[in-house]
Amino acid sequence: MAWTGNVLRVNLTEGTVSKEPLNMEWARQYLGQRGLASKYLAEEIDPKVDALSPDNKLIMTTGPLTGTMASTGGRYSVVTKSPLTGAIACSNSGGFIGAEIKNAGWDMIIFEGKSPKPVYLYVENDNAELRSADHLWGKSVWEADKLIHNELQDPLVRISCVGRAAEHGALYAAIVNDLHRAAGRSGVGTVMASKNLKAVACRGTKGVGNIKDPMRFLQETEKRKQVLQQNAVTGQGMATYGTQVLMNVINEMGALPTRNMREVQFEGAHKISGEAMHEPRESDGQPNLTTNGACFGCTIACGRISTIDKGHFTVKNKPEYWHASGGLEYEAAWALGTDTGVDDLDCLTYVNFLCNEDGVDPISFGATVAAAMELYEMGVITKEHTGGVELKFGSAEALSWAAEATMKGEGFGKDLGLGSKRLCEKYGHPELSMTVKGQEFPAYDPRGIQGMGLAYATSNRGACHLRGYTVSSEVLGIPEKTDPLSTEGKPELTKAFQDATAVVDSAGICVFTTFAWTLDDIAPQIDAACAGDWSTDYLLEVGERIWNLERDFNLRAGLTGKDDTLPKRLLKDAANVGPAQGQVNRLDEMLPKYYELRGWTPTGELKPETRQRLGL
Amino acid sequence: MLKALKLEPEKCTGCLQCEMACSYENTGAFNPAKSRIKVFTFHEEGRFAPYTCTQCDEAWCMHSCPVEAIVVDMATGAKNVLEDVCVGCKVCTIACPFGTVNYEADSGKVIKCDLCGGDPWCAKACPTGAITYVDANETGMERMRAWAQQAPDTAPPRTNPPREKPINVYLSGQGGV
Repeated sequence: MAWTGNVLRVNLTEGTVSKEPLNMEWARQYLGQRGLASKYLAEEIDPKVDALSPDNKLIMTTGPLTGTMASTGGRYSVVTKSPLTGAIACSNSGGFIGAEIKNAGWDMIIFEGKSPKPVYLYVENDNAELRSADHLWGKSVWEADKLIHNELQDPLVRISCVGRAAEHGALYAAIVNDLHRAAGRSGVGTVMASKNLKAVACRGTKGVGNIKDPMRFLQETEKRKQVLQQNAVTGQGMATYGTQVLMNVINEMGALPTRNMREVQFEGAHKISGEAMHEPRESDGQPNLTTNGACFGCTIACGRISTIDKGHFTVKNKPEYWHASGGLEYEAAWALGTDTGVDDLDCLTYVNFLCNEDGVDPISFGATVAAAMELYEMGVITKEHTGGVELKFGSAEALSWAAEATMKGEGFGKDLGLGSKRLCEKYGHPELSMTVKGQEFPAYDPRGIQGMGLAYATSNRGACHLRGYTVSSEVLGIPEKTDPLSTEGKPELTKAFQDATAVVDSAGICVFTTFAWTLDDIAPQIDAACAGDWSTDYLLEVGERIWNLERDFNLRAGLTGKDDTLPKRLLKDAANVGPAQGQVNRLDEMLPKYYELRGWTPTGELKPETRQRLGL
Repeated sequence: MLKALKLEPEKCTGCLQCEMACSYENTGAFNPAKSRIKVFTFHEEGRFAPYTCTQCDEAWCMHSCPVEAIVVDMATGAKNVLEDVCVGCKVCTIACPFGTVNYEADSGKVIKCDLCGGDPWCAKACPTGAITYVDANETGMERMRAWAQQAPDTAPPRTNPPREKPINVYLSGQGGV
């Protein structure tokens, strides 16, 4: 089994909770987590609903391997319709709450409606209750986390929470769990806050026990832990440098989008890289990085735990930020640093702390600040808008001010909370927004990594590196090396990565395992745990089904093939330096072939035979 | 040779594989809440520490038990709880100075580490070597070696080899990819 077979449904409008059996037929078709919750969402809401209306639903969901000894088996996802993109949103997080929900006996929690007043959900095994959150509204995630722990008198409760940014309606607000892990992207936190739901607090002591073939499961999972251990990336690189192992690598290949993606290399990359986090500071002799840390069940342990220099301008006289907390991952360091031109490591760490403390996606936030900085440089945004702040590329002071203002939703911070697309539209320059479907890009320039252009353009949740990480092949040579500057074979590669990743995201494990694992490593673990037969081939079919289900949701929501595109800057303005100099992204060479491979029409619709083949 | 669990907090990443292994061995489910080894996270210090019973020779829990439900496993030195005998009075949980014997409401008995009969699952599951099962007489050996290395040298001064720096597997071309 591995699924608990139970769904907790919470009607926020009525203030009721109920238990229902998991639809096992759907579980067979969609596995769990991302796939299964997307199926529930697609069946239960009209994709055209306003994402911030009570008609939208929000699902917190685990996978069959969540809470088991499979390495990284602690993941959960939040699935809803995104207010940022209007497309389906699925944000995945580690930490500990996913396993806790599973241990409490639930595969997923479905929130519907809207509470008349602020509430939080407390789940203790079979008992679930909505409690008043009047006293938590207006508090940061970190404050609310402490208050809830005190109130429940249980230090072992795991908490997912939204911060002030979500309450103020910032469109890329995250749901932060365990203080510094987050379901980060697409504004899932904004949806949660729109329902007057402040937090979910969970304690589970039932365990995950119904494994199909326990002895085989232990053997298969142990074998794959060895694979992770022996791989240079997952065994050494990620523990030592985290995802920040990439900063210098991507910079050297000229694919590090810089200053709102105008440039492709950042002169300050080495100052904010994974290596730099190990270097003792001149000021206090301590390195930025305090230690690495693992999410539930993870034998890779890429998490960064950092401490800011007490004398740094961002935290001077603010002892509340002097402790260790979640440090910079690559995407955050890129968005907050490279994209804004800021090379002050401790400043980026401080802003990253704020993103965790008040729950925003650092990628979207950093990229939005970058767009605002370009508008400021052009004189479109002025000191009048910013209240006197010089919003210049490279200014650490401006960046930390922007973060504080956005968290509080004050003044210009309100504009920054709109996200890059709406901000640029508001100030009359939509072409400066580096987004796809309204979601900001992550840290790989598609001019220097061609396949990523196609992956971004076709991602079902807008620009995203985690929907089809062709970087693995194009940069790192996993599973085999392809030329990053060529478009040949990229449609096939993108589709393969997208389908495989949909499986990983639906299983309860972390996508970072795929630096070392293929589906041939993952299938036996799922097969040993879950009822039914789960071969690699069947899982690929599941992945493809999930991808098409999400696509179908988006089409029904009103998106079209025209939305599968990139900003002009990436299609017309060639990279100015580095190995990719002279290159633009050649999306038009890849997209038609991709549609064909997908079984879609030339305008990007699902063909009837594709629906039939996948049972949609 | 008598063996003991050796815990090295500085190597722990807080992943809880040990808790899952322990609970699985003892209850048949992955259930950290029922684990006899616990990992503590000191978030604001950035530290993790696994903690469990150290199997005291003159065990407080054993001596305090009014019904002699805690006995020594002569093969491993573990102090084991005889479930059939334990009456759930919790005196041992009071007696243990370290808190590593705990009452379990579901069964009405106390639970504690029994070294899995000489093959502790937590040690096998730990991915970083923070928990190992070693010669009980030499649990301090590694630490002694580390201090010995730092000890003042009576020989003429010499240049120490540079401290090993972490290698970026991508940049050095050592990536196994």
